[in-house]
Amino acid sequence: MNAIMRLPDRVLENALRLLALSSIAVLAAITLFVFREGAPLIWRVGLGNFLGADWHPTAGRYGIALMLVGSAAVTGGALVIGVPLGLASSVVLAELAPPLARRVLKPTIEILAGIPSVVYGFMGIVVVLPWIRRHLGGPGASGLAAAVILGVMILPTIVSISLDAIEAVPRAYREGSLAMGATEWQTIRRVVLPAARSGIVAAVILGMGRAVGETMAVVMVAGNAVQLPRSPLDPLRTLTANLALEMGYAAGDHRAALFATAMVLFTIVVALNGLAGLARRRPTRRSGGASGSTKTAVSP
Amino acid sequence: MRRRHHALLLGAMATVGSAACHRRAQADLTLAGSTSMQPFAEAWADAYGAEHPGLTVHVQGGGSTAGVQAALSGAAQIGMASRALTPEEAARTTSVVVARDGIAVIVHAGSPVSDLTLDEVRGIYAGEIVSWRAVGGRPTPITLITREEGSGTRAAFEALVMRGRRLAPRALVQDSTGAVRQMVASDPAAIGYVALGIVDGSVKALRLGGVRASEAAIDAGRYPLVRPFLFVLAGTAGTAVTRDFVAWIRGEAGQAVIRRDGLLPPGA
Repeated sequence: MNAIMRLPDRVLENALRLLALSSIAVLAAITLFVFREGAPLIWRVGLGNFLGADWHPTAGRYGIALMLVGSAAVTGGALVIGVPLGLASSVVLAELAPPLARRVLKPTIEILAGIPSVVYGFMGIVVVLPWIRRHLGGPGASGLAAAVILGVMILPTIVSISLDAIEAVPRAYREGSLAMGATEWQTIRRVVLPAARSGIVAAVILGMGRAVGETMAVVMVAGNAVQLPRSPLDPLRTLTANLALEMGYAAGDHRAALFATAMVLFTIVVALNGLAGLARRRPTRRSGGASGSTKTAVSP
Repeated sequence: MRRRHHALLLGAMATVGSAACHRRAQADLTLAGSTSMQPFAEAWADAYGAEHPGLTVHVQGGGSTAGVQAALSGAAQIGMASRALTPEEAARTTSVVVARDGIAVIVHAGSPVSDLTLDEVRGIYAGEIVSWRAVGGRPTPITLITREEGSGTRAAFEALVMRGRRLAPRALVQDSTGAVRQMVASDPAAIGYVALGIVDGSVKALRLGGVRASEAAIDAGRYPLVRPFLFVLAGTAGTAVTRDFVAWIRGEAGQAVIRRDGLLPPGA
């Protein structure tokens, strides 16, 4: 009709545009803030100090190497536990389970994602730590304990994304394989899983990002000693735990060093998210990939 | 939709307005200094402010040394220091003990060890004594538990026990007094340190050189792990407002706050 009649539409449209931009603005603000607080410290104390193995902030030593090792070890351990479990669950859910079992199991696994991480940590303190102390030795609080807890925590991420990928494999592939005389297991291993590969890779990377970024549960069970873990039973400290532990009272350069730690963590998580996006976007040769899969982001 | 837009706008304006009002409140009393004292000072400020409408108490951190400097420069009416003053600081200020912080060294309730010397505790935390057997316990490795860098309790422990020695890096780090107590309560090989006031039946507080960790022993000056929480005033007297605030803190209401969080009263 005319411009006046369309005015409400225009207002609404612009308001929505503004809201959409605001989420980008928040990300930009966080990035700017973290880097502005953290980067000058690295400049001031030098990269050698910052990437060294000595963390003693009240004495001017800001080396985060041992925390990087801790984060890597715990994340690796979580993947060793979480990936086989998660993949097996999604294969069962997609290919083998009867519809009723599926209707019960899928939401159950998804509920795992909704349990607050402090509850996981508490279960770790009450159940996992005493068990490790009694049966395997050491102080209980350890990289192993953190890996076990994180392995369970990343299950929902791995299951839901790889399940979507497996389900997106066209039905004709399975039927063709079975018709040619392949068994059900051969079909899953040789046809379905390769066709869903890009989605499964994305699931693993996002699970990795979740494990790197998890804080509360890790602080509660990892022991947080800044040392090189020589066995899975040794306590260790992750990047996230370092932030959570010391942010409360830190001041001056110590505080800046924590922001620099956050900067490193932030970069790792953003890189993992980017990798997962790439893995998912690349079309798989035969099936066109898991383009219908849900978008899940890693929360640091 | 447009109406919702208005509501949002109104909400935003109300928020901005109240923030502006808040900023206009008078800054009547400012405390600055020790971060160990900061949580208590904030609790005092809330309770005192509730009893004295129109008067706002501001609390800032910065550390004990900065607190004394702030009191001297007038940036704060009251400086907070959680250590004894140096002779030079003491000469230029008046200080009042508002609380004392006793630290207990704790072990598992079932541990056969119940008495260590301060040197033994230092040796254990420095990583030289690694087995309980060396100090009369079972032949198991000692699990060290400490607080995070920046914690006031850790700073006090380092000053009073370690005396310049560095804590062994293999010590487990917990970020609260409660978490340390929980770890020690559940691990027969653990040793930790916490504020005396929160020791309960789940753990055992060690005697140090034969002296039990108790308020009586601290009053008698025999238990070594204690530090004063000081209010520092520039000059001698302070204003009527600061005098009333200090008197209130040393009174019943102020002492209830510190008791609740595990500190000890100023004593004689």
